[in-house]
Amino acid sequence: MASLDDLKKRIASVKSTQKITKAMKMVAAAKLKRAQDSAEKGRPYSEKMNNIILNLSEGISDKENAPKLLSGTGKDQIHLCIVMTSDRGLCGGFNSNIIKQAKSYFSRLSSEGKELKIITVGSKGNDQLKRVFGDKIIENISFKNSKNANFFDAEKVSKIIIEKFQQEEFDVCTIFFNQFKNVITQIPQAQQIIPLKTETGEKEKSGDNYEFEPDEDEILTNLLPKNISTQIFKAMLENSASEQGARMSAMDNATRNAGEMVDKLTIEYNRSRQAAITKELIEIISGAESL
Amino acid sequence: MSEEFKLEVVNPEKSFLSKDDVTEVVVPAFEGEMGILKDHISIISFLKPGIIKIYSKLGEEKYYVEDGIIEFKNNNLSILTSSIFNIKDMEKSKIDKMLRVAEEETAKDNISDQAKYLIDQKIEVLKTIN
Repeated sequence: MASLDDLKKRIASVKSTQKITKAMKMVAAAKLKRAQDSAEKGRPYSEKMNNIILNLSEGISDKENAPKLLSGTGKDQIHLCIVMTSDRGLCGGFNSNIIKQAKSYFSRLSSEGKELKIITVGSKGNDQLKRVFGDKIIENISFKNSKNANFFDAEKVSKIIIEKFQQEEFDVCTIFFNQFKNVITQIPQAQQIIPLKTETGEKEKSGDNYEFEPDEDEILTNLLPKNISTQIFKAMLENSASEQGARMSAMDNATRNAGEMVDKLTIEYNRSRQAAITKELIEIISGAESL
Repeated sequence: MSEEFKLEVVNPEKSFLSKDDVTEVVVPAFEGEMGILKDHISIISFLKPGIIKIYSKLGEEKYYVEDGIIEFKNNNLSILTSSIFNIKDMEKSKIDKMLRVAEEETAKDNISDQAKYLIDQKIEVLKTIN
């Protein structure tokens, strides 16, 4: 059995860990509020963008010669996967969930004989993927220095993607990120961005005819790269809200566990203290009796 | 009958501006400036660097944009842009800096004709603000 002194030390160390996790939880809660706000504020932009693109792609006259970003290269051989994770750890299953989703997608691709290329955004994903898929990772982007998700960073990522697409380095591009549902639930998502998949389910049938100036093709050519930035930005916003949410609940759990542990250790400490006192008393009494 | 319609300007981070009492908006569309009044036909177009002028009862407001898309439908004008500034808030030093960056970019020879055209536009507009 551990000595009284050891127990005391352990209690002190668990308590200080609890303080840290509690502080981290508070910080995550404050950041979550901010991240959620900006995710909500960013929504109108991506929704409007989506709507305009839907209208445009419907109105396009010559489907054969549509911009490649919309219709694809016509092949389905090389897949580029953008795996978006966080730069910091201690956020529960946040990163592992994305990686798990991505890995199952990767293994499906390789069983179909497709070629795979990976770009990781965020250092944690890179750390987890490089052991198994190290040779597939062609780029690792990290925004450790920017405090919040900003559009400028999203544009950087999309520039890289578009450049690679124009050099015909891949045919299909998918992004992996966590969608924020609530603080406890984040849903890992795989979203295909090239060629663009229009969600037919929630299509808002506008019915009226737009006038396009200049023509549809030209607007689309200009709009599609912007849409990629927008989608990536949206993913970044969702991801940062999810990260803070996941961290908050993970730290909440950790704080609670530490509390339970402190209780248990305190009981043990008190018991052994009592045992020591009893032992001493017995010694004194039996010492007195023998006289 | 009122001659007012709704305007919403959004950038990726937030809704930048929302008004429901504008009477006319002049936007720098790609093929030239375009004035939009109430009951304009539904239109989608995209912007080149320039100045958006918003007229309402209260007067005129000017904003500098670098790019964007506009959509007008049912007397709702949406402007989606990633870079928009109120001209009143733009300081001279900032404009100078933007101008310098743009001039450096146009001096490169590996840019496409369209990109060059856009940057030249930007320089011109920045100079007029300055």
